[in-house]
Amino acid sequence: MRKLVTSVLAGIGLTLACGTSVYAQEKSLTIFWAEWDPANYLQELGNEYEKETGVKITVETTPWSDFQTKAFTEFNAHGDAYDLVVGDSQWLGAGSTGGHYVDLTDFFNKYKLKEVMAPATVKYYAEYPGNSGKYWAIPLEGDAVGWSYRKDWFEDPKEKEAFKAKYGYDLDVPKDFKALRDIAEFFYRPDQKKYGIAIYTDNSYDAMAMGFENALFSYGGELGDYSTYKVDGIVNSDKAIAALDAYKELYKFTPPGWAKSFFVEDNQAITENLAAMSMNYFAFFPSLINEASNPNAKNTGFFANPPGPNGDQFAALGGQGISIVSYSQKQDEAMKFLEWFIKDETQKKWAALGGYTCSAAVLKSPEFQNATPYNKAFYETMFKVKDFWAVPEYAELLQQLNQRVYPYMIGGEGTAKETLDALAGDWNATFKKYGRVK
Amino acid sequence: MATTMITTLDRSSRAAARGLSDISIRNLFIIPTVLFLIVFNIFPLIYSLGYSFTDFRASTNAPANFVGLQNYRDLLNDPYVWSNFAITAKYVIISVAGQLLVGFGVAMLLNRDIPMKGLLTTLLLLPMMLSMAVVGLFWKLLYDPSFGIINYALGLGTFEWLSDPKMALYAVALTDIWMWSPFVMLLSLAGLSAVPKHLYEAAAIDRAGPFYTFFRITLPLVAPILMIAVIFRTMEAFKTFDLAYILTSQPTAELISIRLYKMAFQEWQTGRSCALAYIVLIMVLAITNIYVKYLNKVKER
Repeated sequence: MRKLVTSVLAGIGLTLACGTSVYAQEKSLTIFWAEWDPANYLQELGNEYEKETGVKITVETTPWSDFQTKAFTEFNAHGDAYDLVVGDSQWLGAGSTGGHYVDLTDFFNKYKLKEVMAPATVKYYAEYPGNSGKYWAIPLEGDAVGWSYRKDWFEDPKEKEAFKAKYGYDLDVPKDFKALRDIAEFFYRPDQKKYGIAIYTDNSYDAMAMGFENALFSYGGELGDYSTYKVDGIVNSDKAIAALDAYKELYKFTPPGWAKSFFVEDNQAITENLAAMSMNYFAFFPSLINEASNPNAKNTGFFANPPGPNGDQFAALGGQGISIVSYSQKQDEAMKFLEWFIKDETQKKWAALGGYTCSAAVLKSPEFQNATPYNKAFYETMFKVKDFWAVPEYAELLQQLNQRVYPYMIGGEGTAKETLDALAGDWNATFKKYGRVK
Repeated sequence: MATTMITTLDRSSRAAARGLSDISIRNLFIIPTVLFLIVFNIFPLIYSLGYSFTDFRASTNAPANFVGLQNYRDLLNDPYVWSNFAITAKYVIISVAGQLLVGFGVAMLLNRDIPMKGLLTTLLLLPMMLSMAVVGLFWKLLYDPSFGIINYALGLGTFEWLSDPKMALYAVALTDIWMWSPFVMLLSLAGLSAVPKHLYEAAAIDRAGPFYTFFRITLPLVAPILMIAVIFRTMEAFKTFDLAYILTSQPTAELISIRLYKMAFQEWQTGRSCALAYIVLIMVLAITNIYVKYLNKVKER
């Protein structure tokens, strides 16, 4: 018995000893992100950093559906598994007020990142609360919702002729939301297994909200006043109601079973010849110009979210900034990585690898804009993006939006006005609960 | 006293030779289990009861404030939570009734001398050996309106099983029935084979019809074991999460456990979700108690 106890103790001791010595010898940083192509590009960039400095970078990923849950579980436990996290823009409130993120304001001012990075990315990926001059993240992956379309379907002379006869104008990349709707209707042919349009409808995270925002912002609507938290009369304004109706109208022309769709399904709509047009984040476009993942790669085109009836043109913002986790034991090392990351040549490399840089200089450069068929649309979009609420309770607001909008969108319950009135009521109650409005 | 309750140790055994008494052996086995239970079950249970009276959020640094019964009041006044409960009740009834019918029916069919009975039973048991998440992912493909095999086989065209708000819950229940009927079948089979053969012989001599035999002999004798199957399946169906979460995101199929998950781990309303968890716990306990009472009654007969 005593022998057993001794050997077990010795074993534990040895393990601890080995563990700590590895810890001391090797310099390494762990970055947490969602599982998608840009994370692989970041890993490649990290490999470059290792070559230069000897500090090993590991990008750890998890599927999008539980990215938020996993990250916050670690934060809430004050765990140091991740040194840096590439968090969603909506997390800023929860990350900063919860004490999970390190304050990067001094770093931001020292390197004048406000001028270096594109303004929208600073506003939505880094600053919290809005206009406070306090920064919690470095814009890393710029992203917004754009559109892909089937060039071969659009350019078919027979289709062009039929379209002109039916709608009285030329079939082309949609110039506004009305054209988007008409084209979707035109290509909606269930008997041929061809459908008009693929949109986001998934209500488990922010997919449907992003899709709706695309219509809302281009219709000149807003989710609310981000500084006073007033929502009544804004999220249920006439413009917002018209936008929701416009978005619901598009759902009519989607492929069958399109009630839980997000980026995977929307790219499939193009690769599987299902739809003429498909909404998606720019981050998912690289696989659409790759022949290996899209048999229609040569025939796929891209356009920015079209303007609404009043000429307003905006798009829903995706994308993430990189933050230092305040429970990390290696914050100095992490800071050094960020210093390297914001350098111009690193940003150029990042863009070349396939990352969507937020560096204004790189975005404006012709070599970036001509590098892919969608970079120009991306550049244009990044200067007219808007985002969801970034308050710590954003997940509750998101859930309330899903809860109200989904039954109307998919189940056809009630009217757009009833839906958004109810949503305004829910949001107002939530803001009251957290003492943001009286 | 304790020593009299357990069989005494063989004096010549190795354990006795090492000087371990009966009590220390018993303790060696029981204490770690009890400790484990206390640390991982009882302690969190009590701790979360405390949280359910606060506005605690695990995602912030803000201290938890005592809010009394506010969380319970809000939850029980929330029409969405009530609709989640109604959906869950509907789901439990459909799914358990379906499993009972299919499972017991198949057991009746198998309860006779047929060739390859063993192999057949084993094959029928396969669905319940799969992981819930895997079943969910496969059935999502089977239900797919564009290329799913179910629509193809039944000639339903592009019928939308999972995107139709009215159909989604039935589709999830159908999958659950497919997966768990074998469980009911297995228990029923055990019950059926335990029915004494002489009762059937006596019934045959008295020229009792098949219906009479079934309702007067088979069913009453199998009832206790069927009740156990119902208890297990009801508890499990009440807790269903993975299957429904993977298959559909229709609000009309949002079971209470999905709502609880969202509240706890997406919105991080820790206090309120603890309260909801307690409401669910009390409901499951109440339902199980009713069943157990009924089970005892059935057994007495």
